[in-house]
Amino acid sequence: MVEVRSHIRFLLNGDDITLSDVKPDETLLDYLRLRRSLRGSKEGCAEGDCGACTVLVGRLSGGGLVYESVNGCIRFLASLEGCHVVTVEHLNGQGDSLHPVQQAMVDFHGSQCGFCTPGFVMSLYSLWMRTPEPSDAAIEKALQGNLCRCTGYEAIIRAARAISSYGKSANDPLALERAAITARLSALRDGARVEIGSGKERLVIPADVDDLADILVTSPNATIVSGSTDVGLWVTKFMRDIAPAVFIGNLEGLRIISETDGVLSIGAGVSYTEAHAVLSRHVPALGALIDRIGGEQVRNMGTIGGNIANGSPIGDTPPPLIALGASVTLRKGGERRTLDLEDFFIAYGKQDRAPGEFVEAVHVPLPGAEVKFAAYKVTKRRDEDITSTLGAFRLELAHDGTVAAIRIAYGGMAATPKRARAVEAALLGKPWTEETVEAALAAYAEDFTPLTDMRASAEYRALAGRNLLLRFFAETTGFAGPLTISRYKAA
Amino acid sequence: MNHTPDLKAAAIKGGVATDQRHDSAHKHVSGTAVYIDDMPEPAGTLHGCLGLADIAHGTITAMDLSAVRVAPGVVAVLTGADVPGENDISPTGRHDEPILTDTLVQFHGQPIFAVIAETREAARRACRLAKVEYDALPFVTDIGALDPLNDKLVTPPLTLKRGDAADAIAAAPRRVSGRMRIGGQDHFYLEGHIALAIPGEDQDVTVYSSTQHPSEVQHMVSHALGVPSHAVTVEIRRMGGGFGGKETQSNQFAAIAAIAAKKLNRAVKIRPDRDDDMTATGKRHDFLVDYEVGFDDEGNILGVDLVYAARCGFSSDLSGPVTDRALFHCDNAYFWPAVKAVSAPLYTNTVSNTAFRGFGGPQGMIGAERVIDEVAFAVGKDPLEIRKLNFYGPNGDKNGDRNVTPYHQTVEDNIVHRIVAELEESADYARRRRQIAAFNANSRFIKRGLALTPVKFGISFTATHYNQAGALVHVYTDGSVHLNHGGTEMGQGLYVKVAQVVAEEFQIDIDQVKITATTTGKVPNTSATAASSGSDLNGMAAQNAARQIKDRLVDFAADKFQVAADQIVFLPNRVRIGNQEIAFADLVKMAYFARIQLSAAGFYKTPKIHWDRDKGEGHPFYYFAYGASCSEVSVDTLTGEYVVERTDILHETGRSLNRAIDLGQIEGGFIQGMGWLTTEELWWDDKGRLRTHAPSTYKIPLASDRPKIFNVTLADWPEAFEPTIHRSKAVGEPPFMLGMSVFHALSDAVASVADHRICPRLDAPATPERVLMAMERLKGEVAGVSKR
Ligand code: FES
Ligand code: FES
Repeated sequence: MVEVRSHIRFLLNGDDITLSDVKPDETLLDYLRLRRSLRGSKEGCAEGDCGACTVLVGRLSGGGLVYESVNGCIRFLASLEGCHVVTVEHLNGQGDSLHPVQQAMVDFHGSQCGFCTPGFVMSLYSLWMRTPEPSDAAIEKALQGNLCRCTGYEAIIRAARAISSYGKSANDPLALERAAITARLSALRDGARVEIGSGKERLVIPADVDDLADILVTSPNATIVSGSTDVGLWVTKFMRDIAPAVFIGNLEGLRIISETDGVLSIGAGVSYTEAHAVLSRHVPALGALIDRIGGEQVRNMGTIGGNIANGSPIGDTPPPLIALGASVTLRKGGERRTLDLEDFFIAYGKQDRAPGEFVEAVHVPLPGAEVKFAAYKVTKRRDEDITSTLGAFRLELAHDGTVAAIRIAYGGMAATPKRARAVEAALLGKPWTEETVEAALAAYAEDFTPLTDMRASAEYRALAGRNLLLRFFAETTGFAGPLTISRYKAA
Repeated sequence: MNHTPDLKAAAIKGGVATDQRHDSAHKHVSGTAVYIDDMPEPAGTLHGCLGLADIAHGTITAMDLSAVRVAPGVVAVLTGADVPGENDISPTGRHDEPILTDTLVQFHGQPIFAVIAETREAARRACRLAKVEYDALPFVTDIGALDPLNDKLVTPPLTLKRGDAADAIAAAPRRVSGRMRIGGQDHFYLEGHIALAIPGEDQDVTVYSSTQHPSEVQHMVSHALGVPSHAVTVEIRRMGGGFGGKETQSNQFAAIAAIAAKKLNRAVKIRPDRDDDMTATGKRHDFLVDYEVGFDDEGNILGVDLVYAARCGFSSDLSGPVTDRALFHCDNAYFWPAVKAVSAPLYTNTVSNTAFRGFGGPQGMIGAERVIDEVAFAVGKDPLEIRKLNFYGPNGDKNGDRNVTPYHQTVEDNIVHRIVAELEESADYARRRRQIAAFNANSRFIKRGLALTPVKFGISFTATHYNQAGALVHVYTDGSVHLNHGGTEMGQGLYVKVAQVVAEEFQIDIDQVKITATTTGKVPNTSATAASSGSDLNGMAAQNAARQIKDRLVDFAADKFQVAADQIVFLPNRVRIGNQEIAFADLVKMAYFARIQLSAAGFYKTPKIHWDRDKGEGHPFYYFAYGASCSEVSVDTLTGEYVVERTDILHETGRSLNRAIDLGQIEGGFIQGMGWLTTEELWWDDKGRLRTHAPSTYKIPLASDRPKIFNVTLADWPEAFEPTIHRSKAVGEPPFMLGMSVFHALSDAVASVADHRICPRLDAPATPERVLMAMERLKGEVAGVSKR
């Protein structure tokens, strides 16, 4: 029997916090601003898109302590159990002078109205601790989740390039206190389950994965909250009740990545950032795709498991995973079943997940050298935007140059992430030539009848979606000229 | 800050024409700059949330708010009937904009009631419990479905006319006509709207409002409450961005907060959620421009006929002056020998559109640039050649006949030739033009495009009476100075610029000047901080106040030390009186003991300007601001996605008060203008609902959308033609329109798929979708042409 306690414990800047009055839907940002009067972190959107609320969260991971930027506006307070929250206020007070990040921003005129600025400071702080001398590409990536309407960013980038000339990140208090903080956070780990409140205010933080399985058997309709990059909006935008809520972000048992026999198994709680580190090595196209999901803060919170479990037709990871032939393991109590990811998505808003069941892991067969794989995401704005259409392609050619195997899956083109089976059929067994590909384009109309919405018209989705096959063909046949636009090297 | 002034300094710290950092920069970065939502709330503060209509047009037949009233935490529910004074916040007095509408709903998202509760969350939750029934009426959201000349307008149209455009076009060797669609834009200030009203004794109320126009908020609140203006004080220290979106749109939140605060005798704060803010507040006007142009084979334009139809929304708000300003910029930097331009401020069932940086000017200009494009494609020349061919004549043009605008003001300060020539040179336009042609000829999937576009923007409020400002300066006996003026700080650096002016005037270090929050209690009857006029107007008013005090100090010193007035010179932190120097603070102290008044109210009104709207003639602008930009893009012809490879900008600032601040305005303005014309798309569904009402669906530029190479140069060689404040020039709005070069570079890349034989007629915003679809259309037309 696990021990149960009825309060959460975490560190906020320098303070130890113990709280028993926590509501399941209380956000970190509201807690900071309303209950702690820490008003340096701002609310610009309450949906994880602007970054004005950016704070750092330190957590123990594999024995180490990692600090990551997160969106306080959609991060639930309860999910901070066992973490160290660092806000912009913590960067003050080192003598009279400003922190290196802050001083660089002042000297390079990185703020105008200043409302976005604390968020930028925190994102840059997080970057500087990881990468003291970042490239422009690294800076832009670190700032994908921060909007500024005044500066046009140029001054902020100039500041970001200069931070290390103002101080060494090795001398930063968070670096110097690393051991002490690690010890304090370790001391908070007592292996207990947290249960707070009842009815509409009930929340549970399982002790471990087995405990989660038990809890879901008794509360099969609980809302499972992992990175909260989606559930956060249910609360801030739709005012939905999420109780009873089960917070699984702290379960190390769901954050495991392992490889056996060429299959990569990714625990449901693995964040995009964590997955990126591994996937970009094995499947570079997936790494590049993950770089275009949300901003850094969202990638630090959101999980591939969540991207699958919520069943959105515009989730970015299901199409490439389906193309790669991934499967998913669902667990209920002690029982597990594994099914093709493709079959998990039944219809719009409907997945093959029974009450009490949860996604435990996704298994990705890694493509060998003979496999050609690509995933292309098309958006209105390059970064931190939701897909208009996304195509993923996995191709194997026979020795004679004909298509031996092909899997094509799309997002944004149907009510679920979906295979382009008619297109695949039109290609299979044929020579991989421009004529074959041109002829197969007509089959798209059999596979997809996309919709018009605020992101794209049906016509555009159909046309751009089709064209992605042309791009894939060119890319796999050694097309010499520039094939895609590129921000970081000459096209 | 407590610095002892250096009495030996060769120059003061923070005078004019120095690169001062933003006065609040150190507070921005540390999170200690206080925005209204950061102020400690008075005990018992309540929170409001607006209930929004969920129909685009209809009459309310039943409104059941019983569940709202009994929801947890709810203290009061307000409807139109609860407005004690006038239920109207029309800024131009047209009585067409209720605070809370009680019968007729005219757009999806119109506020119909307000919930006041113990917490913001309680108010938001309760709002959802309302049961409202409507009789639906037909609605229109798209101006494409309307007739600009015959359908309902929200405010009278304007006609500008010089010569006989119809005759000139008819007589021209060549003619072309067409239509351009230009999208609107959400301001997306990072700090949304907010108002905090604190009730006082008698009829008094103090409202902290995130507004660019405190005086107007004061008037609206006083009308809504039915109390004199003196009972209402409106204060704002800083906004988290405004861009025009807080010129009139703050009125609603301030009025409701004040009504609730007086009714309940408790402080009331209203901070709408981002989605509500974007749904219920106005934006940049979308336009449809119908044009016809007559020209010769060289590309000389002979006559232009233009109709600018605008989606104004359900009420007039500022649509009159916005559509007027569109017409004032229907020429951009070009001389139209014969011109007729007509505005059509159309009524639609959408939120009432409002001010946004450029105020219609950008839409006017991009219409002019489309005309240029059409002519260029028709005669088969580079659009830049056609631009240069049709510029206004150089200054002092002997004939003077190529310098008159469609509104009959003579352009007297034209520097567009030099700006464009220098930029063409520094951006290496000609060589890159050839390189790109070669690249495109060999590139199947990726096409490049290049464009260089000019900006000429008129500076002044076109409503002449707004061109006035006040300031209040106190000098304390320790020599420190309190500065207040009617301008508001929204990030543009107005406060520090005006402080520089005052520091310069007294010759004291800028840290001796305390910048204080804008409040109607100190400087009354102010104009909006808008039309790029902030520094021009308030800088002059503050200078005037400082000079009054200085004059008194000079008179006093001349008398006391028995020297001639011209023997008294203000040196850095000190004053030379005859042969001796004394500290500024010491002179001030002596003056105080001699009972010299050390406080002054300053005032300024812009000279020379006048405007007769009925005739369409006058001199509405004090001067013009100029700039130009050159952009290169790469476009993916499979998806329409693009990147900006490089942008070069040359923009005029006059003798800049603060180059660091001005550079920020130029860079930021350009990116915002680029966003308007590229990824920022407003989209309404078939129920009349705006579906792009949050950053998840409405995409403003990110750091990774900046040009890969971005060169910005300030042209400070052309000192302002008119005696502006220290000969500086306005820089708030003009750079916004530099973003046009990205749009035209995209258009150029699109044109390459048809070998530059067909005008792409790209509409704005040029989303990847519009770019791809335009390329498809051109490819189709080429195929069609060659078949024939
Ligand atoms: S407030 Fe915008 S991301 Fe959190
Ligand atoms: S400085 Fe205003 S939003 Fe960034």
